[in-house]
Amino acid sequence: MNVVGKPRRRVDGRAKVTGQTRFADDISFPRMLHCRLLRSPLPHANILAIDTSAAAAHPGVRLVLTGQDMPTSYGILPVSQDEHALCTDKVRFVGDPVAAVIALDEDVAQEGVELLRVSYEALRTISDPEEALGIEEPKIQAYGKGNLHKAVSMEFGDVEAGMAAADHVFEDTFFFQGNTHLAIEQHATVAMIDPDGKLVVHSSTQTPHYLHRALSKVLNLPAAHIRVIAAPNGGGFGGKSDPFNHEIVVAKAALVTGRPVKICLNREEVFYCHRGRHPVLMSFKTGVKSDGTITGVHLRTLLDGGAYGSYGVASTLYTGALQTVTYQIPTYRFDGARMFTNKPPCGPKRGHGTPQPRFGQEVQLDKIAVQLGLDPADLRMKQVVEPNSITANFMRIGTIGLKECIQKVVDGSKWRERRGKLGYGRGLGIACSSYLCGAGLPIYWNELPHSGVQLRLDRSGGVTAFCGATEIGQGSDDMLALCVAEVLGIDPFDIRVVTGDTDLGPVDLGSYSSRVTLMMGNAAIQAAERARDLIAISVSKKLNVPRGRLVFSERRVFDAEDPGASVSFRDAVVLGEAEHGTLGTVGSYKPPPSAAKYKSGGVGPSPAYSYTACVLEVEVDPATGWMEIPTIWIAHDIGTSLNPTLVRGQVEGSVYMGLGEALMEEQDFRRLPPKRSGALVHKMPSMLEYKSPTTLEMPDVITYLIENPDGAGPFGAKEVGQGPLLPIMPALANAVFDAVGVRVDEIPVTPEKVLAAMELKRRTGTGRVGPGKFPEVQWPERARVPTPWEGGDGNATNEAPRKRDQRPQTPIAVDPSMEAPPGQAGLRPHTPEVVR
Amino acid sequence: MSKVSIALTINDEATEVSFAPHKTLLEVLREDANLTGTKHGCELGECGACAVLVDGKPVLSCLYLGLEAAGRAVTTIEGMADGPVLHPLQDAFADLGAAQCGYCTPGILLTAKALLTERPNPTRAEIREALAGNLCRCTGYLQIFEAVEDAIVRIAAGAAKNEASAQ
Repeated sequence: MNVVGKPRRRVDGRAKVTGQTRFADDISFPRMLHCRLLRSPLPHANILAIDTSAAAAHPGVRLVLTGQDMPTSYGILPVSQDEHALCTDKVRFVGDPVAAVIALDEDVAQEGVELLRVSYEALRTISDPEEALGIEEPKIQAYGKGNLHKAVSMEFGDVEAGMAAADHVFEDTFFFQGNTHLAIEQHATVAMIDPDGKLVVHSSTQTPHYLHRALSKVLNLPAAHIRVIAAPNGGGFGGKSDPFNHEIVVAKAALVTGRPVKICLNREEVFYCHRGRHPVLMSFKTGVKSDGTITGVHLRTLLDGGAYGSYGVASTLYTGALQTVTYQIPTYRFDGARMFTNKPPCGPKRGHGTPQPRFGQEVQLDKIAVQLGLDPADLRMKQVVEPNSITANFMRIGTIGLKECIQKVVDGSKWRERRGKLGYGRGLGIACSSYLCGAGLPIYWNELPHSGVQLRLDRSGGVTAFCGATEIGQGSDDMLALCVAEVLGIDPFDIRVVTGDTDLGPVDLGSYSSRVTLMMGNAAIQAAERARDLIAISVSKKLNVPRGRLVFSERRVFDAEDPGASVSFRDAVVLGEAEHGTLGTVGSYKPPPSAAKYKSGGVGPSPAYSYTACVLEVEVDPATGWMEIPTIWIAHDIGTSLNPTLVRGQVEGSVYMGLGEALMEEQDFRRLPPKRSGALVHKMPSMLEYKSPTTLEMPDVITYLIENPDGAGPFGAKEVGQGPLLPIMPALANAVFDAVGVRVDEIPVTPEKVLAAMELKRRTGTGRVGPGKFPEVQWPERARVPTPWEGGDGNATNEAPRKRDQRPQTPIAVDPSMEAPPGQAGLRPHTPEVVR
Repeated sequence: MSKVSIALTINDEATEVSFAPHKTLLEVLREDANLTGTKHGCELGECGACAVLVDGKPVLSCLYLGLEAAGRAVTTIEGMADGPVLHPLQDAFADLGAAQCGYCTPGILLTAKALLTERPNPTRAEIREALAGNLCRCTGYLQIFEAVEDAIVRIAAGAAKNEASAQ
């Protein structure tokens, strides 16, 4: 390998340490106007009238916009087109944008905002999902039944039989409080009309392609006349993945005024944009044999969606879809529901919908192990999903390095010698997780590539790589340069990357779902191999060496059998250009077809899954409940570590963010007293109140990378940006149990909760803090999907076949009679214990 | 609103800047001096992204009026490198993954520079303490600590080299 696996400075490293990275708010143009938004002070109200006259007459104000100026709805998912650039008829949460003032500077724009007069008719506020379940009217959104946004129900195999075959059935409820991304960069957008009359929008977005679509729809402009340029994001974590109100507003304002228009949200507004972690109430019913073998799982989730759809349908499905890809679960039932409430919309945050049930599952497994007298590490180790298998819900598993991960953290932490033996107040907890490497299906179902890369090579020896992918700090630009450099045998710094620009690069769907390295990487490799092959034709003639013997390495092309016979890379490009004409190649990537053909099977399938195991050590102060975390051991199944410097950064960054969620971060709300409207307001829309870990809270992290190349990934690589976050929260809760013998079945695990549980234990003998029972939900008709080992073909037996499955599918060996013997490579269902 | 004008030194250059008198140093640097390397994240002194050096000391420029900078020497990220040659802290941060999205990086680099000026060989605990006011959501801080420690080695090596060439 030329560059793969070598720790190195990322290609954009210099820009980032010199302050030269141009974030969206760093972009300015002559004659630029500034925009401020008026946001709703009420959580739920009809808009009766908006008087803009005083604002419009204010000196320096150039334009006032209201919802009537942009009446077309939009939203990230085709099924939830429920947002407007500015509210048209009603407001749905405190912070919902109502009007915009565009002025000569930000201060004048704010003065204009303060001159706007809006008459509202207040509506009943719906503050949480359980309340929402009982309120048919008022409805927060026009669609859905009452305030139910989405409910799903599905069963894979016969869970009742699974429970009947169990020696023990465990039932637990858990709650995971919502939290937010808190990227340090606040969202900013600059829109302008370029010299040839087309709209250009610079924005801090993770998904320029989807913003492009939303702008075209709302502004009623051909997409080809709109250029979206994603500025490098100052942190994303999922918080910049939706098309946002402010982006559309300044685009409209630029079109109306003919001048550049900028908006930069303040921190309070970023809290209102949100799209962060959904608060989720969960119920886990799990059947196990006496040796801990799982016979069946029934999971129910209730999500607090906030006021809009956002990614919510996907978020809901993600609370169920990935429960099966870690441990062998022979029968599985999942019921999930997302409710609308009068709060900022929730959406995708790092781990998207999976950290919450992961917390529940891993804590419940810990309880099962304790109850059955088993070691929690062994309990997990013995039922890890088999490689090259298909799960009960038809997720296709490739490589899986979870056993090695568990072994590493068990050894590293001296788990066997130390667990349960550290004395009162000190403990170890273990948890595992898995995550997808990109979604197998696009948001808009079509046959198009998910990522495209275009290469330009010329006689200077220069190579430029173009791709729509978005640099959000994770190192996407570096991955693009690395993949091209590896194939062409040059240095990543020899390559110029042009990314995140809908005019200049082929479409890439964006920086979400841990998809970039795998999808863009594969597209880049294909483009680079095509370029290499063209050049090789010419070099082979020049050196009189068969093409198959040519090696591209160290900026040279040479004969593998006679390295002296060589040309420089630059001369090789010249030879290629002379023979073939101007050199340019393209590559693209589309994930393999999914095996999950049932309705809702679009969420969960992925070309590959990463795996993580973690052991966390905690010291609990028995007097205060205060927790110190000295060390975390974490092992991640990365497939291949392309740039270990960045991989380690993603692991440690995930650990950090998970620890923030585990210990302190929460997006909470409170009601004002009735005399002050009874409105639901954000408890902490500022960094002063929303606490996140500083340098002083960050523990030592011992990272192990498990390398076992996965055929689906570029050079075998799998994701690392999200998976390592997932085990941290349950590992903390399990460590607290080991330390002081109490269960906090709720995230965050705060000192108050630990203390309350300890007090309960003193009084009653058992200490648990967590939610009570799961409420009654009217679930839709349950889709019944026979498992692979029952001969299922991925369809539900009680659903009509779906249109999207008419494309040719790769045959899947799911007939039990076709089952391959253990150890044989190829697709085969894993073989859980027969439960009938 | 009528502007005020002050004389100050920014990155070793004497300069005059005119701005509305209520503006913070952060706004003056970004909007009136066109030095956008200084970032903003919270507007209330919590995140540290806006840290610059005033007379060598780290200051949160979002809590510091532009007027207060009159007659003082301000160092921003744009003034950290020696021409095209990066400061050892910058090189170490770039090499060791201490900057991911790079948004908090200018504030952290300047805070670390002030630390090393005052205390050339800080312990890990002292580095943690000095950077406790700078939030970074990407890295988990560990690669930042390592980069500061690596920069100490680079600075010492650079000094030894200079001494050798002077003899």
